[in-house]
Amino acid sequence: MFQIRFHGRGGQGVVTAAELCAAAAFDGGHETLAFPSFGSERTGAPVTAFCRVDDRPILTREPVVRPDLVVVQDATLLHHVAVFSGLADGGTVVINTGRPLGDLGLDELAGTHRVECVPATELARRHTGRPVPNACLLGALAAVADVVAMPALEQAIGERFPGAVAAGNIAACRAAYELVRREAVLGA
Amino acid sequence: MREQQEGSRAVARVVARCRPAVVPAYPITPQTHIVEGLGLMVRAGELSPCRFLTVESEFAAMSAAIGASAVGTRTYTATASQGLLYMAEPLFNASGLGLPIVLTVANRAIGAPINIWNDHSDAMSMRDCGWVQLYAIDNQHAVDLHVQAFALAERISVPVMVCVDGFVLTHASEPIDVPDQDVVDAVLPDIRPRQRLDPAEPVTIGAMVGPEAFTEVRYLAQLDLLRALSEFPAVVAQLGAHTGREVGPVTRFGPESARTVVIALGSVCGTIRAVLEDGVDTDGVDGDGLGDVALLALTMYRPFPSAAIRAAVGDAERVIVLERAFAPGAGGIVTADVRGALTGRDLPLHTVVAGLGGRPITEAALRELFARARRDDLPDVQFLDLDERSVHAARTSGASS
Repeated sequence: MFQIRFHGRGGQGVVTAAELCAAAAFDGGHETLAFPSFGSERTGAPVTAFCRVDDRPILTREPVVRPDLVVVQDATLLHHVAVFSGLADGGTVVINTGRPLGDLGLDELAGTHRVECVPATELARRHTGRPVPNACLLGALAAVADVVAMPALEQAIGERFPGAVAAGNIAACRAAYELVRREAVLGA
Repeated sequence: MREQQEGSRAVARVVARCRPAVVPAYPITPQTHIVEGLGLMVRAGELSPCRFLTVESEFAAMSAAIGASAVGTRTYTATASQGLLYMAEPLFNASGLGLPIVLTVANRAIGAPINIWNDHSDAMSMRDCGWVQLYAIDNQHAVDLHVQAFALAERISVPVMVCVDGFVLTHASEPIDVPDQDVVDAVLPDIRPRQRLDPAEPVTIGAMVGPEAFTEVRYLAQLDLLRALSEFPAVVAQLGAHTGREVGPVTRFGPESARTVVIALGSVCGTIRAVLEDGVDTDGVDGDGLGDVALLALTMYRPFPSAAIRAAVGDAERVIVLERAFAPGAGGIVTADVRGALTGRDLPLHTVVAGLGGRPITEAALRELFARARRDDLPDVQFLDLDERSVHAARTSGASS
């Protein structure tokens, strides 16, 4: 089972991100389960959402406590919420930030885990005109996790949003995917 | 066809395929997505003919449902928590009048303190309102239960409450098959009400009944409700013939030889199954003693399937009832029913109150629970994952103030 935990704030499409991730993985032939852990539903409040992907039916309903992948949609959460709690050895982190890791105090984490920084809010603003980073970060997720393929992700986004919104989010998603892929190639 | 979708959305879609003619609705978290979905389908003409009535309260929603059902139309609504409490009076009237209304309860805690998250306090508080109560294990089960609920309600002229864990199921997105229209139509023919209000042939329903006949009216209602014990498996089989899925009133998971049986309702059954399946590894090695535990998932809670539970407990030596609510001042609610079902059996019965107000029931906590059971180290009643320190702090400060 591959387990993903999304951290963000109300209004950033955290729950939608988990659902789109599950939809894309299901399209790829996997069993899936996405669900949120709401605080009170209000803009700006910390929100967590989960996505499980497996090749057999998923029975458990407990929140993801041992994630293989953590997506941080808002870097201001880093020092308020235990976003890396339970992160698996060799697990991966995708963070929405344009700042270097050292500025975020994450050098140590980067020594033991794969950490990908994506300026998703900027990319989203450029491609959609709105600072909602969720679809964009999913592109980065697809670049680091096998369970989600880009064509399935683009289809899921296309089915979820109306025309122009979908097109902008798909473009932002692709931009992040290519950014992470390119950096992986350069780093290797 | 299985599609990735939110539980609430799937419930709304399957309810639409059940062709309700009247849906009176009032929103409350975490049920709102269901009636929102139905409202959109009515407006788009996808669910027609159907009157979607926005009303001013849950009391009004159930009252309107009673009126609609009394004239012989298929009627549906949904609520949760305080909304269900606000429906309490008309709920009893619906069952007393024998009206086959279907109600979804997106299970949520009851205040105070205010809490929007999942437990079973709402539905359990209405366990004696004369409705059938069915609890969904997962979202596929929730979808199938709604078709079965309408079929059952109309066969026995008793209203049916389908209980779906709020957030845990209603807001979870997973692959779900919503049975096709022709399948639903085959299982659910046009409604043929036992009686109905019709100006052309006037009758009175719900007239005053005095001491000379009230006992008999109640006794007859009890007989009607108990018919669900035999009719529910029949409608499950009927739908199952089309879908290949059959979840009966009581379902046992785990080895026949298990000496510990856990009884539970709702979505926690999935987490329990995950623990039991993971416990025995692929080599069949049972490191944690989990091979000695079986689960009884209770789909039907009212009427209470005593005989099925007695049979399913079998030769077990210990029963744990995992409850998502409790009776203050008394203890386990379901435990009391199970004790009744097992009258004459001399075996320990343990109540575990778990997951109140949305606290996650973790696999780790369940493993620990089953390990304690194996050591014969379970109290009669316990609150799972209770934070003893904060309880102590609150009691100490309370004593000093």
